[in-house]
Amino acid sequence: MSVFDLRLAELHNRLQNKQLSVAELVEHSIKRISDTDDKIGAFLALNEEGARKEAQALDAQLAAGGERGLLFGVPAGIKDNIVTEGLRTTCGSKFLENHDPIYDAAVVTKLRAAQSVTIGKLNMDEFAMGGSNENSAYGLVRNPWDLERVPGGSSGGSAAAVAAGQVYFTLGSDTGGSIRQPAAYCGVVGLKPTYGLVSRFGLVAFASSLDQIGPITKNVEDSAYVLQAIAGHDERDTTSAKVDIPDYLSALTGDVKGLRIGVPKEYLGQGIDPQVKERVLEALKVFESMGAVWEEVSLPHTEYAIATYYLLASSEASSNLARFDGVRYGVRADNPANLIDLYRRSRSEGFGPEVKRRIMLGTYALSSGYYDAYYKKAQQVRTLIKQDFDQAFEKYDLIIGPTAPTPAFKLGEQVGDPLTMYLNDICTIPVSLAGVPAISIPCGTADGLPVGLQIIGKPFDERTVLRAAHAFESQTGFHDLRPALS
Amino acid sequence: MSITIKEVEHVANLARLELSDAEKEQFAGQLNAILKYAEKLNQLDTEGIEPTSHVLPLANVMREDVVKPSWPIEKVLLNAPEEEDGQFKVPAVLE
Repeated sequence: MSVFDLRLAELHNRLQNKQLSVAELVEHSIKRISDTDDKIGAFLALNEEGARKEAQALDAQLAAGGERGLLFGVPAGIKDNIVTEGLRTTCGSKFLENHDPIYDAAVVTKLRAAQSVTIGKLNMDEFAMGGSNENSAYGLVRNPWDLERVPGGSSGGSAAAVAAGQVYFTLGSDTGGSIRQPAAYCGVVGLKPTYGLVSRFGLVAFASSLDQIGPITKNVEDSAYVLQAIAGHDERDTTSAKVDIPDYLSALTGDVKGLRIGVPKEYLGQGIDPQVKERVLEALKVFESMGAVWEEVSLPHTEYAIATYYLLASSEASSNLARFDGVRYGVRADNPANLIDLYRRSRSEGFGPEVKRRIMLGTYALSSGYYDAYYKKAQQVRTLIKQDFDQAFEKYDLIIGPTAPTPAFKLGEQVGDPLTMYLNDICTIPVSLAGVPAISIPCGTADGLPVGLQIIGKPFDERTVLRAAHAFESQTGFHDLRPALS
Repeated sequence: MSITIKEVEHVANLARLELSDAEKEQFAGQLNAILKYAEKLNQLDTEGIEPTSHVLPLANVMREDVVKPSWPIEKVLLNAPEEEDGQFKVPAVLE
């Protein structure tokens, strides 16, 4: 067993009792990365020297006694679309291959205050566009459970790094499922908080009305710890919600008696792998045995969610990515004939195919004559999708279903077919459009590959989501399964 | 509705992208497939439904108009592909 398999509370006990030092934790992380990352490909940049220095300072603080931060001493990895001052941040894009941010994202400042140690930056689909991590300009990430399979995406590096025991926890970002789906494929815990709970300041924008940062961890308790550290209002993000941040840890009571669960029939219908469906039904039996009640519910607009999402997210992306013009940062084409030529060639040379495809789709949907037919129509359908959830939550405390319709697919299997790739997100996208919180937790395996259970809650009710997820993992222990990665 | 190569060229121009002939062909095909799929939204009657641009009940968020410190120039220019005299340099805009 690795020290990274210990719960945070136990890890802190050992640090307190001098059985372990922060320096040892950091060295463990660096060694594990050096032993495994040629196979996995999770890291794009390492902060070895900085991490060692921080470890020294934290060990000195520990020796002197005094207050410890919430995430004291634990090695963390950060998705590469979250800016880190002085630590290269590429968003998985060639466009930003030499980009050294001049400030820290709000969540990075918060992690620093909580005293975790940043080990490095994690691979991802370019600008977070993709569900397999195959769209990174810096190579594949392999799933630690089966090196021939994808880790999911777009936070593929963030999920694989936790599954491979390279760092203690990571941050990912989720626009249409990009935390939850890779967490499911890699057998780890991934939480997408309510839209607006965590500041997006310093998160390179993909689709601003959907993007949200969240933790990827090995268990639900640690997820609650990290959420506690990163949640909260930030005036630098105007969409940051002004809500009181509750105590998430105290929600983990193990008690789900009387909890009312709705199970969307649309999430268990056509296209779902029979073994995934089986695991979800078994999970519902576990909740039943703990005193929760569940019944089938309909979210009737589910089948429209993917089309809605790709129109809205691509439209927002086409606007957000206009900032990459080769003037203030990023690559610039050689010998531009004029300013327009500079924009055109810099962007064409710097962006990969999926990013260009979505910029094209979004630009088309927003262009004169098509705006009402595509963009506005999709915004109206988004209202209907959100109403599905509002209505369900009048009757239920939680909605539960699979995170993804299948386990991890093979590398290369869906590369040539963007539409099929998009359909993997059928269970996560409606949740993103509604802006509500959801967690993916391990609920067993299918042919040796992890299956994720998705627990969806009311807006800003992360406490109930975490309570149910924690009760389930305490009862089943599926989160303790590890890949046989040497 | 089907996107022609000409329309692909128009949209690429709006998006400030330069596409090869092969890319134009490929995007025309893929965008047609995606937009055909998106036509299923037309099955829904959305007459009178308010569009959702955002899930939070937020209107404009204002702050006090006070002067705050900004980044030093050398930091701002740290990632500039080309700079001169403390400014971003671009090709001449006016001939």
